[in-house]
Amino acid sequence: MSSWIPLWLHKLGSPPTFYRFAGKLRPWMLALAIVLGLVALYGGLVLAPPDYQQGDDYRIIFVHVPSAWMGLFIYGVMAVSAFIALVWRIKLAEVVAMESAPIGAAFTLITLVTGSLWGVRMWGTWWTWDARLTSELVLLFLYLGVIGLYHAFEDRRQGARAAAFLALIGIINVPIVHFSVNWWNTLHQGSTVRLFGPSTMTDSMIWPLLTMMVATKCYYVFSLCSRVRADLLALEGGKDWVRQIAAGESAR
Amino acid sequence: MNQFLAMGGYAVYVWPAYAVFLVVLLADALAPVLRRRRVLRELRGRLARQAARQQRHADTPTDA
Amino acid sequence: MNPTRKRRLIIVVMVLIAAAVAGGLTVFALQQNMNYLFTPSQVQEGQARSYKTFRLGGMVKEGSIQRSSDSLKVTFTVVDADGAMPVEYTGILPDLFRDNQSVITTGHMEDGHFVATEVLAKHDETYMPKELKDAMAKAHKGRKVAETGDQPPAATKP
Repeated sequence: MSSWIPLWLHKLGSPPTFYRFAGKLRPWMLALAIVLGLVALYGGLVLAPPDYQQGDDYRIIFVHVPSAWMGLFIYGVMAVSAFIALVWRIKLAEVVAMESAPIGAAFTLITLVTGSLWGVRMWGTWWTWDARLTSELVLLFLYLGVIGLYHAFEDRRQGARAAAFLALIGIINVPIVHFSVNWWNTLHQGSTVRLFGPSTMTDSMIWPLLTMMVATKCYYVFSLCSRVRADLLALEGGKDWVRQIAAGESAR
Repeated sequence: MNQFLAMGGYAVYVWPAYAVFLVVLLADALAPVLRRRRVLRELRGRLARQAARQQRHADTPTDA
Repeated sequence: MNPTRKRRLIIVVMVLIAAAVAGGLTVFALQQNMNYLFTPSQVQEGQARSYKTFRLGGMVKEGSIQRSSDSLKVTFTVVDADGAMPVEYTGILPDLFRDNQSVITTGHMEDGHFVATEVLAKHDETYMPKELKDAMAKAHKGRKVAETGDQPPAATKP
């Protein structure tokens, strides 16, 4: 079964190896996230022109849409890791799944709040129970459910297993969120950035949006590295490699 | 500059939106830093107590 | 029941409750959404008859907006491809409310017209600067003229 896994991937599954790898990756990802984020913010807030119908209010898009995209993307990563954790019982997969949940919840919360701030003037309401908004709220509840279930158990690994089940069951919500604006009559408008076919946004507005999408992805990797490292230290506290780190840091 | 801050009259919506974005992600970035410090502190405490216990054991020799 | 099995039972129940809440909310949204809105022609056909309060969705007919001078009351007509419905509303309207805008209004029928308690504007997913929009509108008008063969108003006098 494991003969098709390359050696480097196998090695990466070992906690001390991953700990070191994540430690090296972390600062680069943070730097990329900050630089790209600043460029995107400048492009979106300063360079891009006001919209013909929404004026300057539309500029919320540069934080709202990337956060929405990340909420869905992170759920996908979480569900895949959960699946690997449940089937192959690989500890690192458990950790990646469980530590992705709070980051995904953060982005989903940002999506909902910035969406409300945007909608209150453009639509005329903070909230409505249309398919897009409701399924996004469900997404937040799923994330919170995964986090809550994980911490409800004395035995961390059992908690991870239960939370992984919830994460898997909830994956059906991801396509629902994405296609809700196509499948049902919604107040929320359809997708602007399209994978296939032209996007319905001028270049001066689209490049800051795409840049922020990349920046938030880099941020996710950075945050995941930090969280997984901290979790590995907690889980593997009895092992030598962790003791060395603890001793090394107190020497400073 | 004032025009920029005013955001065409929508300042009270646009700036809080960006603030939420930054504050939430800042909190997310900080949480593992604090956790790591706590974990290592507790671990060092445990190791110190373990070492002290072993020292006491070594000082009081057990008869064969 | 031994402790391990009891714990697993609790797990299963918790997961099921969480899934049920999530599923229930989704169904709730779908229920609202099955009838998220009725178009004017649907209302005229009587599809909304069983609902005391419902949502009416369509486009604001150009030139139909009439605002009262001494109150927040406004009347306008919501149209779709085959139907029209007069609407009466008292209150603040969203920024995007204007001719030819998509709107979703919540309210009830009264004497053949719709009394709205809430008017929301729906916008599409296109974003562009005003100059581009104006240029596109001009080009569109020019193309229409060319297609229909009508002469533009600046015609030659006999």
